[in-house]
Formats: sequence, C-alpha cells, structure tokens
Amino acid sequence: MAATIDTVEKVREVTEQKYKYGFVTDIEADTAPKGLDESTIRFISAKKDEPAWLLEWRLKAYRHWLTMEEPEWAKVAYPAIDFQDSYYYSAPKLKAGPKNLNEVDPELLRTYEKLGIPIKEQELLAGVEPTMAVDAVFDSVSVATTFKAKLEEKGVIFCPISEAVQKHPDLVRQYLGSVVPYSDNFYATLNSAVFTDGSFVYVPKGVRCPMELSTYFRINASKTGQFERTLIIADAGSYVSYLEGCTAPQRDENQLHAAVVELVTHDDAQIKYSTVQNWYPGDEEGRGGIFNFVTKRGACRGANSKISWTQVETGSAITWKYPSCILQGDNSVGEFYSVAIANNCQQADTGTKMIHIGRNTRSTIVSKGISAGRAQNTYRGLVKVLPKAENARNHTQCDSLLIGDRCGAHTVPYIESRNRSARVEHEATTAKISEDQLFYCRQRGLSQEDAVSLIVNGFCKEVLKELPMEFAVEAQKLVGISLEGSVG
Amino acid sequence: MTVTATTSPYLDQFRQLAPTLPGGRLPWLGALRCAGAERFAALGFPGTRQEAWKYTNLRALEKVVFAPPPAAAVSIDRVSSVLPEDLVRHRLVFVDGRFRAALSAVGDLPAGVAITSLAAALEATPDLLEGHLGRLGAVDGHALLALNTAFAEDGAVLLLSRGVDLEAPVELVFVTTGVTTAMTSPRLLVVAEPDSRATVIEHHVGLGETASFSNVVAEIEVGAGARLEHYKVQRESPAAFHIAVATARIGRDACYDNFVLTQGAQLSRSEIRAVFAGTGGDCRLSGAYMVRGHQHCDTTTLIDHAEPQCSSREVYKGALDDHSRAVFQGKIVVRPGAQRTDGHQLNRALLLSEHAEIDSKPELEIYADDVKCSHGCTVGELEDTALFYLRSRGIDRVGARALLTAAFLNEAIDEIPVEAVRTAFQDLTADWLQGS
Repeated sequence: MAATIDTVEKVREVTEQKYKYGFVTDIEADTAPKGLDESTIRFISAKKDEPAWLLEWRLKAYRHWLTMEEPEWAKVAYPAIDFQDSYYYSAPKLKAGPKNLNEVDPELLRTYEKLGIPIKEQELLAGVEPTMAVDAVFDSVSVATTFKAKLEEKGVIFCPISEAVQKHPDLVRQYLGSVVPYSDNFYATLNSAVFTDGSFVYVPKGVRCPMELSTYFRINASKTGQFERTLIIADAGSYVSYLEGCTAPQRDENQLHAAVVELVTHDDAQIKYSTVQNWYPGDEEGRGGIFNFVTKRGACRGANSKISWTQVETGSAITWKYPSCILQGDNSVGEFYSVAIANNCQQADTGTKMIHIGRNTRSTIVSKGISAGRAQNTYRGLVKVLPKAENARNHTQCDSLLIGDRCGAHTVPYIESRNRSARVEHEATTAKISEDQLFYCRQRGLSQEDAVSLIVNGFCKEVLKELPMEFAVEAQKLVGISLEGSVG
Repeated sequence: MTVTATTSPYLDQFRQLAPTLPGGRLPWLGALRCAGAERFAALGFPGTRQEAWKYTNLRALEKVVFAPPPAAAVSIDRVSSVLPEDLVRHRLVFVDGRFRAALSAVGDLPAGVAITSLAAALEATPDLLEGHLGRLGAVDGHALLALNTAFAEDGAVLLLSRGVDLEAPVELVFVTTGVTTAMTSPRLLVVAEPDSRATVIEHHVGLGETASFSNVVAEIEVGAGARLEHYKVQRESPAAFHIAVATARIGRDACYDNFVLTQGAQLSRSEIRAVFAGTGGDCRLSGAYMVRGHQHCDTTTLIDHAEPQCSSREVYKGALDDHSRAVFQGKIVVRPGAQRTDGHQLNRALLLSEHAEIDSKPELEIYADDVKCSHGCTVGELEDTALFYLRSRGIDRVGARALLTAAFLNEAIDEIPVEAVRTAFQDLTADWLQGS
C-alpha cells in the first residue's frame, strides 16, 4: 500500500499552511547598487573598511569566478540564476553602530524575538550560567553578538568576521581560505569575492568553550543574496559547540544564499557544528524559496581531533550542500549526521565527503532523507581513503523514506579506497512508513498526524539525538511541523 | 561529424570495410551500421569527465590503433571448454571474432531452437534478425556500443520459440589469438520467446601477448514467462582490452540471471543493463572478479524497474592483488508507478595488496514509494582473526589467505543455480588463486 488517500489529503492541508517565519521586517536598509562587478566588491570591502590584502583576495576570487562554470552535476533543476539581478550588500541602517546591545534598533530586536532568538543578555539569576551566546546576522551584517565579554574571560573570540578582520587580522589571514580555497568551486569562489558577514570563532589552547555558540542568519531584504562566511578554529585541546539557524521571508522570487564555512581543529581539539536550516522553501507550486548553495568543510589538522556535523535541513527550494571532513591528523574523527526533509517542490542534494588521509582515522555518516509531495531528495557522498590512511574506518548508513508516489529519493555514494587495511562499509535502504506501524499507533489512540510525527521522529532519532539539547527540541518540533501529515 | 585523431582511423576502416561486411546488401543493416559509425564519430571515446566513465580511463586503449583481424585464419586445433564434456552439446567457437565451423558443434536441437553464427544468419535468414538487431542495443549515447554496431560482422544468434526448453547449455567461445593488434566486435542476439528456457555461457579467452580489443555487445530479449541463464567467463590475455555491453529486456514474469567471472585483460569493463518490460519479472546480476598486476576491472550495472512488482538482486565480489584496480558502479532506478519493487544490491571487495584500489558507486534512484530497495558495499582486507585461526590449525600463511579469499569469492559464485557452471567457476577461481 502506498500513502493512503487520507495522508495524501493531509499533505495537501499541511502544504497550505503558512511558513511560520515568512514575515518581512520593515527596516531602512543601506544597499550596494544592484549587480556584480569589481566595483561591487570594492564597495563591500570599503564598507567594511578591510585591509588591502583582503580586497586583493576578493578580487582574485572574482576574476577566477568569471572563468568558472556553474556546476550541473547535482540532481536539482532550477531556472538560470541571473547574478546581475541581485543585491550583494544590504545592511539595516544604523545610526552609528551600536556600542552595546541596548543601542540595537528595537525593530531588529523585535524581529529576533519573533523568531524566538534571544539576543538580549537577559538578567541572569544568581548562580545561573548562560548556556548560549548568539551572533545575529541580518542580511549582510552582523547586528548583535551576545556574551562577548563573558567569553573573552576564557580567551574565546566570538564575533562577526568583519570585526575579526579588524581586531584579529593575523588569525583571519592565517586561516581564511585555508580549508576552502578561493578557487574551490563556483559558489565558494563567488562567496570569497562577495562575502559580507558571518561568525568568527577562535578557541584557545586547552579551553572548553563555556557555552554553546550560535549564529542566527536572517535574510530580510528583497532581491538580496546572503553570502556569509564562517570560520571556526579550535586550537589544541579545545572544544566548542556551534549552532546555526536560518530563516527568510516568504517571497515569490528566488533568493540566493551561498555560504562558506571553514572549520579547523588542531591536536586533540573538537568542534561540534549543528545546523537547523529553515530557509523559506517556496510555496506548494514551487514559487519562491531560497537557493541554498553552501560549501562547508572542516579540516582535522591535528592528531586525535574531531569534527562533527549535524544538520537538519527542512527549508530552501534548492539545497546543495556537502559538509565535509578532511581527516589529516592521525586518529582524527569525522562525523556527519543529517536529516533532510523535502516537501512540495523542494529539491535537496546533500551529503558529505570524508577524506581519510591520516592513520587510524574514523568517520561515521548517518543520513536520513525524507521526501514528500513532488520533492526530490538526493544523498550524495564521497568516502575516500588515501594510501597512507592505515586502519581507516568508515561506516555509512543512508536511509530514505518516501511519502506519496510523486516524489523521489536517490542515493549516490562514491567509495574510493586505496588502502587495504581500511574498512569501508556503506548501507542504504529505502522504505515508506508501513501501514502496520501507523495502524499500531492509531489503535493506541494517536491521531494520524501524531502517529506520523512519532514514526518519523523515530526514523530521525539517530541524528536528532546528536543535536545540543536546545536545538534538539526545536528540531523535533520542526520535523513534526514539516511532517504533520506530510508523511503517511 | 567531428573526427578526432583517435576516432578517424576507425572511420577510415569503416568506409573501406562496410561493403564487405556480411549482409552488406541489406538496406536496414547498412543504415544501422552507418548510424553506429556516425554516432561513434560524434561521441568519440568516452573520457573520465563523463560520469559513467569517471573511474575508467580509456587513454591506453585510444593510443593503439586496432584493425579488424586479417582474413588469413590462425590455425587452432582445439579449444577447451569450461564445462564437463558430457554437457558440451551446443557449441559455437569464434576465432578472432569469426565463426569456425570446424571447431564448433551445434548439436541436436529441439524443434523451435536456432543457434547460428550472426554472419550466417545475416546471409540466410536476415528477416528473422531485422527489428531485433540494434533494438535493445540501440545506438544512443554509448560510443563503444556504436562502434560495435558499425563493425559487428559475426557473433552468435540464439532464437527460442515459445515454450521450448533447451536443456543443455549453449557454449559460445570467443578466442582472441593476439597475433595482430586486432579489434573484434562480436555481437550476441538472444530472443527467448514466452515460456522458453535456456542457458548460455560466453567464454572469452586470449592466447597471445599482443594488445587486442574485444568490443562485445549482447542483446537479450527474455519474453513473458521465459527464463534465461547467462554466464560469462572473461579470460582474455594480459595485454587485452575487453569492453562488453549487455542489454536485457525482461518480460512479464520472466527471469534473467547473469553472472560474470572476470580474470583477464589489462582493462575490462562489463556493463549490464536490465530493464523490466512487464510485471513480476525477476533479475539477478552477480559476478566475481579477481585481478592482479596492473589490471583494471570495471563492472557497471543498471537495473531499470520500469514496471511494478519486479524484483532484482545483485551480488558482486572481488579480490584485488598487486597494483590492480576495480570499479563497481551499480544503479537501480525505480520509475514512477513501479510500486512493490524489490531491489537489493551488494558489492564487496577484498584488497589483498597495499597498492590495490577500489572505487565503488552504488546508486539508487527512486520515484515510487511502495518499494523495498537497499544497497550495501564493503571494502577491506582479510580478517586477522580468521587468518590466525587457520594458522593456529597449521595452515601456512599463503594457504590460509588463499582459502579465505576463495571462501569470500565463492559467496557470489554460490548464487549460480546451474551446478556444472558453479563447479566450473569455483575451479577457475581456485586456479587463479594458485597463480598467486
């Protein structure tokens, strides 16, 4: 039995529900002239008062980008993007630049409040430690970062990358582009040329970051692309957990989001990077929505280091994203946990790359793809073991769940092993929610919707349990909302 | 027509050769061959930038200009069989791509069965082939299939009428003498009408040391309720190139079983495309490959679940020694509406040397929701504990490794339902292990 009429109906109902974060904040903005050429890049660079080397780097990237072609290998179809029909810089107009959180435009604060993001350092009860610091990026600029002072006590740097360029130029210069070089791929190169803001994190040797760090990305302005760049460095023996969330207004146009995230871990360091991606996915006819072309890559440079990616992908019209780990250090560990939900006309092509270079490197991939409506969901991954990676281990598990007979679920793993002592295992399955499971839940008194949500949350559990607690709750709800009836 | 340095010698050869090829006066066949040549010219040899050829580089093949083998027949007294003698009842032998009646024995055939060489069939009964030849192996995006279509002058034709059951296997032996740098383009056509049954064994064997190129195309029509077992042994010479494309169309409730044993050639590719044309079909694709030296072995499969309620199962196992390299690309497509599909695939590779390399790409493309599909893939070396166990029982290292490797490969070979073939393939595997 395929999805019952009942559940198909439910899918329709849910798809007519409004995207919760689809509102627009009416705020005056400072924008660059539309289109992209060298003057746009000079404009952005001047706005941020960047040093000459960074402008040069941007221009080098732009010139290289002009020679590149858009990649077509992903299983996604979309109208050609007119890169000249977009704004590359848009910042809410600020009087002088807020000196502290109390000076942030109340309209912005209200926006984040509406999104459920705390960017006020609430009065703390005596003895209660804050658990999360937030950097809020609104279109092209970071508007607020909380608990900076608190973090500085430990030596942790958490600030917008544009601020890091000013205050910590040596660190930025040392690491920027060291994991994702400016010439890496079409979208990463574009990002290198026009990136506007994003977060910068540096955790010094031996420090365990005292709270979760979080960046909240919001696209607000119309016809504007968001190109953020995140750089996280965990020095020897340190640990940091970083979360990112994203939303955008509901519009009929497609907006481009091309981000680059670079992670670096030194000896014994660990970065845990979690994403809940909820960009506007477009309406049920596939109008509007964010084109999400993201390059995320982490380098485990040091021995015994670890990078763990966890992602919950529910939004975006197009997702093109492959968070990867380069396991250079001996005994380093890479992890990728992903839930990708595609409904209506969404297309997701996502996965990971695990490149085993060092000895005794280990990687784990758990990917759960859920397709509903007319969506196409693809897992695309590469596990590569180089000749020196003695005793490398990889285990990959890819599960797909299909709801309705008009969607697609695809699995495209690439496995390349050049070391005999390496052990690589890949498993993939495709299934639907069984009528037995549904019946069992229904006869225990659960509604169809709750039953579906329960079963799908169970299907995703392996991944969701990897999220930090605050996010896990949000993600579970999000899965519930995306799946209310949309799975059956 | 774009002509490049690597394709032009073949196009020149084609222009000279076309009028002399068997059945050359048949307009439909002439058109088919020309279409093949034109397509090959347009496509050129596939490069690694093409997704389907990402891991198999044909540059070494392109460097050599192959020519059709000379007419002067190389004398061969005897060609050995992989089967026990009492089972060798229907046998066609081809030397350098051309049928040798003296070495062949078609044997007694039940009514409704025709086994002939392609060249003979094109002269005697071309009407039977028109519409079949070039239908499943249509000249599309595959350059080497197109090249075969242009040059195919001989091969085997097996026609089974409705309901006929051919008990003994049909053995097709293709000997490459390696006397000249020859390109052979054998073409196989099997048309199994509804409810018929047969077993076909393809045996490719190389004798010489000269580079040779076998470019094989098979077209296999399995009618409703028919059952076809198709086995292949590839033992070309170490200098040989062997590229094969087999396309099977599986009718309603029909069953197609394919097993490929690969040991030979410096570069080989076995491509199998199976498409279901009716409900209830069953397809099993398996294989075992064992390579060493600098051999390159590519296995590429596509199972197209175009109809509901069909099942497919794939098991491929390989052992790689020295600097050898293996490629496995297996794709399962489930079309919209192909509900209640059951598709499973397993690929396991054993790396016996620190320089061996395996590239594996199992792929699922699914457009229907009520399906059960899975693939599994593992890569690794022999288990230390298993080796230790055997050594603690007094078996030396070499023996223990051979035993474990044989056990590993036999897991795939055990899938073969025909006992004589299963035993023969196990023996060939043992021989290969002896050579190490």
